[in-house]
Amino acid sequence: MSNSRKIALISLLSLTNLAMVLPAAADPARDAILATLAEEAKKADPAFGGFSAERGQAFFAAKHTGGKPDTPSCTSCHSQDPTAAGETRAGKRIEPMAVSKNPSRFNKVEEVNKWFGRNCNSVLGRECTAVEKGDFITYLSAK
Amino acid sequence: MKRLALLSTIVFTLGLSGLRADEGVKVSPIDHAATLKECGGCHIAFPPQMLPSRSWTKMMGDLANHFGENAALDQAVQDDIATYLAAHAADAPATKGGARFTKGLGADTVPLRITETPYWKREHDEIAASRFSDPKIKSKANCIACHRTADKGEFLEGDE
Repeated sequence: MSNSRKIALISLLSLTNLAMVLPAAADPARDAILATLAEEAKKADPAFGGFSAERGQAFFAAKHTGGKPDTPSCTSCHSQDPTAAGETRAGKRIEPMAVSKNPSRFNKVEEVNKWFGRNCNSVLGRECTAVEKGDFITYLSAK
Repeated sequence: MKRLALLSTIVFTLGLSGLRADEGVKVSPIDHAATLKECGGCHIAFPPQMLPSRSWTKMMGDLANHFGENAALDQAVQDDIATYLAAHAADAPATKGGARFTKGLGADTVPLRITETPYWKREHDEIAASRFSDPKIKSKANCIACHRTADKGEFLEGDE
């Protein structure tokens, strides 16, 4: 193998490695949704210091109160593992929430608003805050 | 020889005659994008022909409390779907053969589940209740678990 070929191969391998450690592919539409949520969060609390995947994970897994009895948690329908498919109460498959498995998550503002609007009310009995939404998307984008 | 040809013709014709009354039911599939997308997000988009229009009107008027979940939609989308459902309901003038779905249903009764109608109960009276709680079926609302082409308006027997 010539030296230049070797270098090309090594570069290619490094690029592949890089792609593996980076979180799921960036999506400008998703970034814009997160930016809007960050603005809202900052408006509500000037001390807002950014979204947190850890908080998002805890929120996703938590048993909440105040919502409808059949759906106390995100995991009631989305399964404990966000890289796996979930199932609606009527038995229909729900595609995984993790962006790595389902790149079309959180990149259409109408869909994001519709589902947070419905499911926050079903699970928590109220609207979600901008911080909760941003944490949730941040967690699942890294997952 | 002639007799054989005749017999073949008869057998062939019977084979092609399609659905007998006791083999299931077919309705026109939904051809409305918003109904397919929004109703179909959580369950198959149920055939509007299987409930009277008063049922669809009541259901679409309270999507925030939709069988234990919040299924709220933007008002314009909600109205669009409600109009479609009412226009294709069992008792809508344009619906052919819709009377079978409301047979035995009291005029004042407003069923919100197709599974509450006398029609559905008659058609499923041979199915043990335990079948519906099977993890693979999960719910009576999961038509497609047994009727594999339910999303095309076909509710055939013997699919499970």
